Amino acid sequence: MIIQTIAFYVFAAVAILSGALVVANRNPVYSVLFLVLTFFNAAGLFVLLGAEFLAMMLVVVYVGAVAVLFLFVVMMLDINFVELRQGFVRYAPIGFVIGVVLFAELFLVLGSGIIAPQLGHAITMPTPPVGQVTNTQALGTILYTHYFYLFQAAGLVLLVAMIGAIVLTHREREGVKRQKIASQVARGRESVVTVKVQSGSGV
Amino acid sequence: MEIGLGHYLTVAAVLFTIGVFGIFLNRKNVIIILMSVELLLLAVNINMVAFSHFLGDMVGQVFTMLILTVAAAEAAIGLAILVVYFRNRGSIAVEDINVMKG
Repeated sequence: MIIQTIAFYVFAAVAILSGALVVANRNPVYSVLFLVLTFFNAAGLFVLLGAEFLAMMLVVVYVGAVAVLFLFVVMMLDINFVELRQGFVRYAPIGFVIGVVLFAELFLVLGSGIIAPQLGHAITMPTPPVGQVTNTQALGTILYTHYFYLFQAAGLVLLVAMIGAIVLTHREREGVKRQKIASQVARGRESVVTVKVQSGSGV
Repeated sequence: MEIGLGHYLTVAAVLFTIGVFGIFLNRKNVIIILMSVELLLLAVNINMVAFSHFLGDMVGQVFTMLILTVAAAEAAIGLAILVVYFRNRGSIAVEDINVMKG
């Protein structure tokens, strides 16, 4: 139990610290790397909560795909990093006020709320006892049966996102030599031009 | 000391606040704003999984997975728009994105 407590505090502290550094960092590349650290620690929290599959999903999907995508874009765009920080001081007070108010509200809501005891009857998909069924199997059992349409919708969202990203970033470039198989195959003997090349000079 | 639901909700609340703070703070860099949105979604995911664990209901984890999907799609589309915008204007400052302002 004591190890769980220590692990929770370590994961939570590192997650919050690196989350703050994502926002406050001067260099976007470092921001992305701190975002990766935040995701890793959130995955640790998920493991503590018994959601192993989601923890691995977080590492694979976020760290492996989304964060690397961010890193690609940050490094691909030619941005002046010094200019980007201007206006930081100007907007800091209002951001700070809104942040404090939001956190106070969240804290009041969380501090005053308790889970109603009669909520035990409202549980739709009870978690199977640990040790009999793994988390992945339990999740799959309900995801592929009761929530199958939502699962399909998620796939559709990903498909639309993929097509959208390709359509947005695709462009026709001038001067690119492409292979045109039809015209290459249809080329006859008479269209071939032979050139007499002088030795040592090239075409 | 027992780690309860409140501890996890507090962590999520702090991360959410950091995300909102980041959106207000970075007026020059859309990439940081997209990262802040990812932080917001991560905070929501932590909330979902915490409730799922402490209520003993698996549905929270199902919805966490759906949020994960939407977040990945949002990041892909957002970054694609960003790349196209940078190609056209040569800048990613939020303050420059006001062409449609009357």
